Amino acid sequence: MRASSRRVRLGAAALAAGAAALLFLALLPGPERRVYAGSTPAASQSPADEQEYASPLEILLSPDGTRLYVLCQQSEDVRVLDTGSYEVIGTVAVGRVPRGMALSRAGDRLFVTNSWDDTVSVIDTRTLTVAATWPVGLEPSGVVEDAAGKHVFVANRISSDIAVLDARTGAEEKRLLAGRGASYLTLSPDGARVYATHIYPNLPPLRTGLENRTPPESEITVIDARSSEVVDRIPLHSIAGVFHLAVSANGRLGVVAEFHPKNLVPLAHLEHGGAFAYTLTLFGADVGKPVEIPLDELDRYASQPFGVAIAPDGSRLYVTLGGSESVLAVDVPRLLRFIHTRPRPESGSFAQDLSASGNYGSARIPVGHNPRGLALSGDGHKLFVANRLDDTISVIDTSTLRVATTIALAGPKTVSALRRGEQTFYSAHYSFQGQISCSSCHIDSTFDALTWNLEPNGFGRDIVDNKLLEDIKDTAPYKWNGGNPNVPTECGPRTEKYFWRSENYDARTLTDLAFYVLSLPSRPNRWRQPSGELTAAQERGKSLFERTADKFGNPIPLENRCNNCHSGPKGTNQKLFDVGTRKTTDNPGPLKSAPLTNIALTAPYLHDGSARTLEEIWTIYNPEDKHGRTNDLTKDELNDLIEYLRTR
Amino acid sequence: MKTIADERRFAMALLAVAFFVAGARSGFAQATQHHPHVASTAAAVPQMPRFRFENYTTANGLPANHVYAVLVDGARIWAGTDDGLGLYEDGKWKTYSTKDGLAHRAVLSLALDKRTGDVWAGTMGGLSRISGGRIVSYTQLNSGLSNNVVYGVSVEGENVWVATASGACRLNLHTGEWSLYNERNTPMREIWVYGVSATATKVYFAVWGSGLLEFNQKTERWDLYDDPDGETELVLFKDQGLIHDIVSSVSYVDGIVWASTYFGDSRYDGRYWHNFLTKDSGLPSNFTNYVKGVDANHAWFCTDKGLAYYDGANWAVYTRSLTSHKPAMTVRDAKGNVTEIPVTSGPAHNYILGIDFQGSDIWVATADGLSHGVLQQ
Repeated sequence: MRASSRRVRLGAAALAAGAAALLFLALLPGPERRVYAGSTPAASQSPADEQEYASPLEILLSPDGTRLYVLCQQSEDVRVLDTGSYEVIGTVAVGRVPRGMALSRAGDRLFVTNSWDDTVSVIDTRTLTVAATWPVGLEPSGVVEDAAGKHVFVANRISSDIAVLDARTGAEEKRLLAGRGASYLTLSPDGARVYATHIYPNLPPLRTGLENRTPPESEITVIDARSSEVVDRIPLHSIAGVFHLAVSANGRLGVVAEFHPKNLVPLAHLEHGGAFAYTLTLFGADVGKPVEIPLDELDRYASQPFGVAIAPDGSRLYVTLGGSESVLAVDVPRLLRFIHTRPRPESGSFAQDLSASGNYGSARIPVGHNPRGLALSGDGHKLFVANRLDDTISVIDTSTLRVATTIALAGPKTVSALRRGEQTFYSAHYSFQGQISCSSCHIDSTFDALTWNLEPNGFGRDIVDNKLLEDIKDTAPYKWNGGNPNVPTECGPRTEKYFWRSENYDARTLTDLAFYVLSLPSRPNRWRQPSGELTAAQERGKSLFERTADKFGNPIPLENRCNNCHSGPKGTNQKLFDVGTRKTTDNPGPLKSAPLTNIALTAPYLHDGSARTLEEIWTIYNPEDKHGRTNDLTKDELNDLIEYLRTR
Repeated sequence: MKTIADERRFAMALLAVAFFVAGARSGFAQATQHHPHVASTAAAVPQMPRFRFENYTTANGLPANHVYAVLVDGARIWAGTDDGLGLYEDGKWKTYSTKDGLAHRAVLSLALDKRTGDVWAGTMGGLSRISGGRIVSYTQLNSGLSNNVVYGVSVEGENVWVATASGACRLNLHTGEWSLYNERNTPMREIWVYGVSATATKVYFAVWGSGLLEFNQKTERWDLYDDPDGETELVLFKDQGLIHDIVSSVSYVDGIVWASTYFGDSRYDGRYWHNFLTKDSGLPSNFTNYVKGVDANHAWFCTDKGLAYYDGANWAVYTRSLTSHKPAMTVRDAKGNVTEIPVTSGPAHNYILGIDFQGSDIWVATADGLSHGVLQQ
């Protein structure tokens, strides 16, 4: 993804158009203007450069408000813009697939997490160079420095923990248990607390046999910034997918953007509101006990809230809606009035009340494709929004609630088929009332760790585990029952007619979408050693995976060997089998051997998500050895087998 | 666990002895005058810590009276009972049960991750991590844990070391990898591992019937220390090795191993062994459930006949009369002179299962209540 040149480029035509537009718009008050964020026209553009999109994901303002830092995930750099001219004044290359960033309180250091490198780049903002690169946990995402400048906290998505680093040296002091898929961090304005959220629900703590039919549970992890210990966990019932969190300047109101999936009722009932509510959970002194409020309207969903910011005077809060391609402005006084005057449900959630948002929604402001991070100017007059799939920044005038300026980041001027496919993947435009898109369940193009009731054949029937979308090319057929022969069928007729219940894709859109889905790579496997060699335990596990006879010397039938069904580089022979895991509530028929790509990440397991861990696949759900001959194994050997599987 | 405050209190105690020897009058001196069987020379009685015991039972909020383990985390006290995990904080008890995600109601062992504040609880049904009020449980079915009966747990860096009824394990919190240790890959002859004490350099396992197992973290080499007399209850070779192969717990502190067995206790400095039996020490019983070293020279022994403290030369024993349940304290000096010390309170029960330190105070797990020993002198 990294380009050979990190300079910001600007086509001459674009520059001319931009200059003309600037001149014209500067003379006129009024609607949106478009500017191009480039330092100089780039004479060195090449066809290869043309394909390098920036994909701005997060955005920050310097403490003095003169600089805008834009984290560009696809070009793997941070672009620094002058907030007066929107010119790029510097570009700093960082690591692979950066995901989060934060400024030190003084603004002299910018921390950037590199999610595929498991590192943090520490950028000196005076020189705009990377001063240090610190190793952290698995898939670092959110990052924040404490107010005292003693510690840097890093949320690690795969290891589901928060690394506490010495802010001076980067040395890791400890890791705190966070929610599963720990991703976003926020420091309270008084510096006393760090709040952490996570994108996958926590695994059910108790084995009840109904884990896959239990509503998800998530949390806001509350850390004492001074002692660096977890002091509270605010429960988020029925929530899976928790994103950015903001706290008001006076510290009295906390707000977190989240998904409230309705995964245990048939998704085919989309027209009955059967897929998601998109909500905020509010907490703090202004609301008392935490309360969940919906952002959706009666006939228009607020799909995939991601970024959230609260105006300095506390009058409004803003939420980016990644799937609705807009920003929602919420009137905070009206919202608080609603909360305090409406009888609060016992659950603390108004999520089922689609009329609620009419009481506090101020406006929905259209922006670009897949808006994500946002930042408010110090006076609250300007709101900057990163449109990830447009390579633009929308600058919203908060007095008019309209986009005043759109800053185009340098990059390709055309939209490739791949980018069109990605835009479709993230857009809720196609579904009934704009409720869902592919990315509602495949968060960040991966998965959501949920089991879903997809079929219309009755509540609780045919629950299926959502699969990871990584490296799925050449693993057809698709679906757990192998019912779809290829991705266009999976994404096309099945999705558009069955899930969307609305608009069909045209041929090109479907082709582009399938192209995008099939292009999704596998992220680096964290359990493989850099040398490529297996550890002793992994080596022993590999031998078990490949064995042809059990421990008693009895031959294992071909169809009962691990490496028969899970053969090949992706761990599937693409055939259907009965491995004894079907339940009475499942539709009859065999199941497809699932690919093993990054299997360590994708709990729960089995077609219906009934196994919370890899171990449970065999300790609980393989009593008759139908899912491989495993009941002759000792506990040590089963552990070895799992250690090997985690390298796949 | 010994703190500066501890050292100061003990120093003060020693100072008090000096005053005592110099002829200062004390209640203790008066008391000895009324007990002709005690040591003849009051001045020779070593000053040992005295406590006022405050006992907790279900009557004042403890989840259950049978307390297997106790853990001190600053002002917070955790009690592993046979019906839940109790947390005493701000004068109130809170109980964590299986409904909260605890692996099993019977909590056998406890360990604190001092860096994060997380508490690890070994139960009869798995291993639980209590973190900021959330409980994550590992069992032999849902994880690599070797067995659900977790007798001991110890946290060292990113590793959690676990003693189970089917060998020992190590969970690496960074990678999630479980490593199992048993008769197949260590010198362990039996696999009932009753206790574990882990440090960055060495990890010791108390193995029921298989002595003491040492794992060198640097060399990854295993060593087995067992009873040179074999599994007999005879002691043919005193101080030539571990006192007995049935080891119930181990505490590794300041480079010294303290090991308890059901047939006496041992101290090992890496070169020499020193063993303790009732016949030649102040131990009230050879049947010791648990030992916890304060440092290289001080340790507490939890026996079936009371709680014993050893200061490197002298012993103090805190008990209750088996018949009258009257509290009692005795001090045995290095020469074997035993002095009874009058006390008004004692541990809740003689069957002692665990101990932890809170500054100069002690918290004691017994078969019939939890005791807080508030240091008086």
